[in-house]
Amino acid sequence: MRNSELKDAVGSASVRSAGEAAPLLELDALQKHYPVRRGLLNRPQSSVRAVDGVSLAVRQGEALGLVGESGCGKSTIGRAIVGLEKPTGGRILFEGEDMAGYSEAKLRNARTKLQMVFQDPYSSLNPRMTVGSLLAEPLRVHGIVPKPDAAREVDRLLDIVGLPRNSQDRYPHEFSGGQRQRIGIARALALKPKLIVCDEPVSALDVSIQAQVLNLLKDLQQEFDLTYLFIAHGLGAVRYISDRIAVMYLGKLVEVGPAKELFLRPKHPYTKALLDAYPVPNPQLRNRERIMLQGDAPSPADPPRGCRFHTRCPLATPQCRESEPELKGDGGHAAACFFPL
Amino acid sequence: MTSLLDVSHLRMAFDTDRGKVVSVEDVSFSLRPGETLAIVGESGCGKSVTALSIMRLLGKNSRCEGGEIQFEGTDLMSLSDADMREIRGNRISMIFQEPMTSLNPVFTIGYQLTETIRLHLNQNKKQARASAIEMLRKVGLPRPEAIMGEYPFALSGGMRQRVMIAMALACQPKVLIADEPTTALDVTVQAQIMSLMKGLCEESGTAIILITHDLGVVAEMADRVIVMYAGQVVEEADVFQLFENPQHPYTQGLLQSIPHLDGFEEEERLVSIPGSVPARYSQAEGCRFANRCSLASERCRTQPPYAYVEEGHAARCWEAEAASEEEEAYA
Amino acid sequence: MFNYVIRRLLIALPVLLGVTVINFIIMRMAPGNPVDMLVNPKLPAAAIEAKRLELGLNDPAYMQYLNWLRNLVLHGDLGYSMISYAPVTELIGSRMGPTLLLMGAALVLGLAIAIPLGVLSASRQYSKLDYTAVTGSFLGISIPNFFLGLALIYLFSLQLNWLPSSGMRELGGGGGFLDVLLHLILPVIVLTANVAGRNIRYVRSSMLEILDQDYLRTARAKGLREFLVVNRHAMRNALIPIVTVLGMEIPILFGGAVVIEQIFSWPGIGQLTLSSIMNRDYSTIMGLNLAAAVIVIAANLLTDIAYALVDPRIKNSYRGAAQS
Repeated sequence: MRNSELKDAVGSASVRSAGEAAPLLELDALQKHYPVRRGLLNRPQSSVRAVDGVSLAVRQGEALGLVGESGCGKSTIGRAIVGLEKPTGGRILFEGEDMAGYSEAKLRNARTKLQMVFQDPYSSLNPRMTVGSLLAEPLRVHGIVPKPDAAREVDRLLDIVGLPRNSQDRYPHEFSGGQRQRIGIARALALKPKLIVCDEPVSALDVSIQAQVLNLLKDLQQEFDLTYLFIAHGLGAVRYISDRIAVMYLGKLVEVGPAKELFLRPKHPYTKALLDAYPVPNPQLRNRERIMLQGDAPSPADPPRGCRFHTRCPLATPQCRESEPELKGDGGHAAACFFPL
Repeated sequence: MTSLLDVSHLRMAFDTDRGKVVSVEDVSFSLRPGETLAIVGESGCGKSVTALSIMRLLGKNSRCEGGEIQFEGTDLMSLSDADMREIRGNRISMIFQEPMTSLNPVFTIGYQLTETIRLHLNQNKKQARASAIEMLRKVGLPRPEAIMGEYPFALSGGMRQRVMIAMALACQPKVLIADEPTTALDVTVQAQIMSLMKGLCEESGTAIILITHDLGVVAEMADRVIVMYAGQVVEEADVFQLFENPQHPYTQGLLQSIPHLDGFEEEERLVSIPGSVPARYSQAEGCRFANRCSLASERCRTQPPYAYVEEGHAARCWEAEAASEEEEAYA
Repeated sequence: MFNYVIRRLLIALPVLLGVTVINFIIMRMAPGNPVDMLVNPKLPAAAIEAKRLELGLNDPAYMQYLNWLRNLVLHGDLGYSMISYAPVTELIGSRMGPTLLLMGAALVLGLAIAIPLGVLSASRQYSKLDYTAVTGSFLGISIPNFFLGLALIYLFSLQLNWLPSSGMRELGGGGGFLDVLLHLILPVIVLTANVAGRNIRYVRSSMLEILDQDYLRTARAKGLREFLVVNRHAMRNALIPIVTVLGMEIPILFGGAVVIEQIFSWPGIGQLTLSSIMNRDYSTIMGLNLAAAVIVIAANLLTDIAYALVDPRIKNSYRGAAQS
């Protein structure tokens, strides 16, 4: 396969030709292993490979969806990007530069450009602070606006996310789940970020509220030219928000592609199984043909050899048990499978 | 067809620090033998309270303020505690949302499973053990003998939910109440658990009351559907009728707000229901959905009747009723 | 599990060493020494000097400690009391029995009251019984041991003359089972009030937390009687935190024994501790201190083992450790 094609798919630094603009954020063979301590001397004996070599680029202005089941490492990636986890290997490049080499001041500045919206809007907001002070705090800490203007800036943020201005003096518990998520989004927007990592931003919300928040996220993206890394297990929400989608399984990327293309013609059997398992709100389709996986995903502490999906894959061959497939494809749609669908 | 379980005009109230709260009001439905009835609605709509009332598992601060729950001809609300225990886990059983916390962490799977069997089936230890192993095999767990000796922490969420299903179906109940049984599970495991539940219940002729917020799950599983909003039933229909021809504006809004997989046009937006459920809905007069409804008008200030639109399809909405009157007029 | 116990025992060695060193330093910093306490100040200086030599008090302090340690490690010998010249091991041995009897009785009785009362109190939260139990527990914690002890002596020994006020057996001819039992009653009541008071609250709160758990709803949904739901399904889980407290009770009781044994003249470790500190009986203090440290470490280890027995999750993590 030609270099340019692979670049389309994963945008990896290693294949990018010189002189080309770097993507906003780039993961290069990112790795996060957690040691498992055991035995007489309590030494680390093995490790949980939460993220095991993921290369992925997020382009300026796009919404990249990251999907997969619990334990696949998708949240760890998000947390590593905003600095909540320290990678054990690989690089995170922000605007083409390795963040590991940043000075303290530069890192602080970069952190304001990379913000996160959490799944549980309640536990991520300090219950003893008013919404006004919650939103003013990042402004103050990073000196974004002079103090007298802080209240006005908070009003502006509340307007943006569609909350009444009198919310300033109220506490998080006085709000419903959907409103709290709006506060969480306002907090992330306060520092005028370039990229927002949305980690399951709607999965704790009711269906009718989910739609409100998803629409808000989409509007904000256009209005402020935001880039999203949208992490979720709810495929419908991911499909709605994302331009491109990456699928993870057991710490590895198994497929990346344009959202429409990937959902319409998945290449990796795991992606197909994931899509098939998603309950479709149409009773006419209940007896459709589909791949039904058996059992649970294996433990990331002891991932299978070869292709990590081979233990559950209906199409696995001896080759899949022996060697690990590389991510490859064309037209910006790549899958890590020897026998793509 | 005669019904197995009839809930009529159920009204449940709770005593809270801030006074009495009526969380379920005028809830009526019936369950036929062997069918799957889904109760769908958002958090706080009263669907779980309804389920727990059938089992009489609500805490001491709850009170039934009216209505009846008839199961095979007896009113469950008037049974003695001892008689109710005979029904629980035996003729009506229940599984819950959180498989991780629904099994007792300090007892083995085998112990918890045989406890139910011996409680209701008059089997000795050896027979109960054999039945338990048989149930574990039926729910598709590998090495059932070994799993008997395991503690819950050793099993994944999906496996624990299989154990819960084994426990619930061990006595071949007439009714299985499944309260968000797959919400905490991954989609690929959810699909497995759903098809397992459906298959086993068909085999034993057990009717299912499936409580869920996920209309996708409803479409995959249910024969009939009840939609609840703010403590009331707002619509009831056959699953195909409901998805094709939803009558209540709330049901319509719910169906439209699900992001679907088939794709979106560039500028397409999700239809969302504005606002949120009123906090103290039980005191509201008139239609409880009116503050979020685009069709709301003057008459919505009085409570709309729960009326049939077509056979087996009822809705609590003035608009829906108007439709049925028009139809009658044509006829 | 075996591996784990070995590891814990290995860790215990430096802890014990540290405890004895610290104790030795503090003891030597206290004013006075055994000779001053023992000897008539009118004795000639030479005689006092001879005594000091005999007891090894003229060696540098670190040598004294090392000598003590060498005798302990090589011969298991804790030396002789500098006051009574009895071997320290023997002294401690003869006092251990009465103290264990007192503590054991208080612990068993205290828990026999606290566990059922705590469980009942939790399962009937906000009932009259609950309020009574919580109030009783509050009194048990807040009334000082010495006060309750003196009040009991005043009432039952002086006024009513029903029970003996001091010692473990009647002087001359006493010492039968019944006799010891009668002497045991008052001190045990005092310690039991304390143990029960502390633990009622603990059992109640740990039970309350468990009564909220999902698996109890599952147990009820099975059709189990409420009695079994509480006493089988909830109890087994409530035991886990209770076991931890049990381990902490033993050192607390040891501390309490010093006061109680003094008040009731109970011939136990507590009394010996106090008198040897008063007399600056260095070797006995060192021996007692070592014994106390061993008991506390053993209690902690036993607690952890008991923990594994009641909590299968922990049992498994030990199993994992042993395999690797």
